Amino acid sequence: MEKFVSEQFPIIVSSVSKSYTTGKTVVKALDNISFEVEKGSLFGLIGPDGAGKTTLFRILTSLLLFDTGRAWVDGFDVITGYKEIRKRIGYMPGRFSLYTDLTVQENLNFFASIFETTIEENYDLIKGIYAQIEPFKNRRAGKLSGGMKQKLALSCALIHRPSVLFLDEPTTGVDAVSRKEFWDMLQALKNEGITILVSTPYMDEANLCDKVALIQAGRILGINTPQHITQSFAKTIYRVKNGNMHALLQEARHWDFTEQVYPFGEYHHVVIRQGSPEPQFPAGIDAGKIHPGIEDVFIDLMRNNEQ
Amino acid sequence: MNNKVIIVEKLTKIFNGFTAVDGISFEVEKGEIFGFLGANGAGKTTAMKMLCGLSMPTSGKAIIAGFDVYRENESIKKNIGYMSQKFSLYEDLTIKENIRFYAGIYGIEPKVIKTKTALLIEQLSLEKEANMLVKQLPLGWKQKLAFSVAIFHDPQIVFLDEPTGGVDPITRRDFWNMIYEAAAKGITVFVTTHYMDEAEYCDRVSIMVDGQIDAMDTPGNLKRLFQAESMDHVFLQIARKAKRAE
Repeated sequence: MEKFVSEQFPIIVSSVSKSYTTGKTVVKALDNISFEVEKGSLFGLIGPDGAGKTTLFRILTSLLLFDTGRAWVDGFDVITGYKEIRKRIGYMPGRFSLYTDLTVQENLNFFASIFETTIEENYDLIKGIYAQIEPFKNRRAGKLSGGMKQKLALSCALIHRPSVLFLDEPTTGVDAVSRKEFWDMLQALKNEGITILVSTPYMDEANLCDKVALIQAGRILGINTPQHITQSFAKTIYRVKNGNMHALLQEARHWDFTEQVYPFGEYHHVVIRQGSPEPQFPAGIDAGKIHPGIEDVFIDLMRNNEQ
Repeated sequence: MNNKVIIVEKLTKIFNGFTAVDGISFEVEKGEIFGFLGANGAGKTTAMKMLCGLSMPTSGKAIIAGFDVYRENESIKKNIGYMSQKFSLYEDLTIKENIRFYAGIYGIEPKVIKTKTALLIEQLSLEKEANMLVKQLPLGWKQKLAFSVAIFHDPQIVFLDEPTGGVDPITRRDFWNMIYEAAAKGITVFVTTHYMDEAEYCDRVSIMVDGQIDAMDTPGNLKRLFQAESMDHVFLQIARKAKRAE
């Protein structure tokens, strides 16, 4: 059954929990997590630091044991089939983990030889990414800029042509332009048939995934296509602005129809209390109804989860 | 003129023939929230190090909190606060111990530290956690606490280097609320971020490209100038001009 299921779903996580104990306190890093990722799709784990994203990556890449539940990657149980899994996956951890004293090319050669392949054999897969850093192939990895390190790490994770790719926060601390370029690269890899699990704390990147799980404090708050998550949001949101945004924020908290109000770039977003009549805004305020974004949904789910 | 707490003229830093910061000039007023944006490798970190008195410029002028970066860098350090995403508090000290440690470094009287600490812990509603180790706090709380510690000695300017990276969306907004409160008290805020919605919360922003300041204005004016609907679009238009291979 597992083999059958795996052909459609290269990643299956079923009721996985994991706790860490530090001193007297027990922290539930993952609390009964379940989801599956469809073959050839780009699945995003969207959540802040401490949500449990890295723990989940370490479990799925067979580097960490968990307390309860089961998980399969590419048809193999992550515990009993770890040797097989390690051959078939590519993993780019959140922290730069290549050899800083080796050159760009030496790092890539090293990873290729570990997986008993060569750069030439799979060059076509990494070409689009590696070509950008190839002019610096004799530079030590430690001397590369952040953006180039990221491209090298991705090339190394891909050199053995994995069927499943795990990317833990590849765009954290990366500027808006490089982030956009990175997501373009992921689209291209997806088109090669590689299944990708990627995590990010940037809510706006959710829209670039086929499906996302919103994750916070070890729990999945919601899971679906980004379009479905935002379209099925039941509450109404208006954006408001005027000449004094700070005062407006205080004022808006006291309106009868306000359930929540929070800054959102140029505007404040006002979540309308359910059952309120059409809101009437005071004069001088530029107000308009908007479609909620992933971040609006995440904020709402977080608040309801806390209560 | 006294209201200008940062005055920078043609500030330049050259490393082994590479011009990391290329003649930047700007001024920041007391109580202003100034966003310092730019792509990775544009020269932001190098520029910030010079402004904090940690790195000697190659040429140009910088007066920070009334002190010259060349001759009075020790005085600069006493009059500024600094916080980054990476540099946080000591994980194995309690909240109270961290505050006492940093306040002590800035030479605040033990009596004053005691009263101010009590007040701060009350403001942050951390009474229950005050004697807990910092590593037991969630990230969002650590960042809020780190900010409070960075301004504990009432600096004229606080430098924030990506303070909200990886923080959840609610805490990110709480954090900005704290920034507004600090600015309202007259502390000048100099902040870098990769969240373009946060650029909108700044009074003014500058955008660095290849070591130079390519644009500087209020978010509203920049959007009009670039005919962009958001700061994200402004940033993309400007940062794409970069020629430097990082």
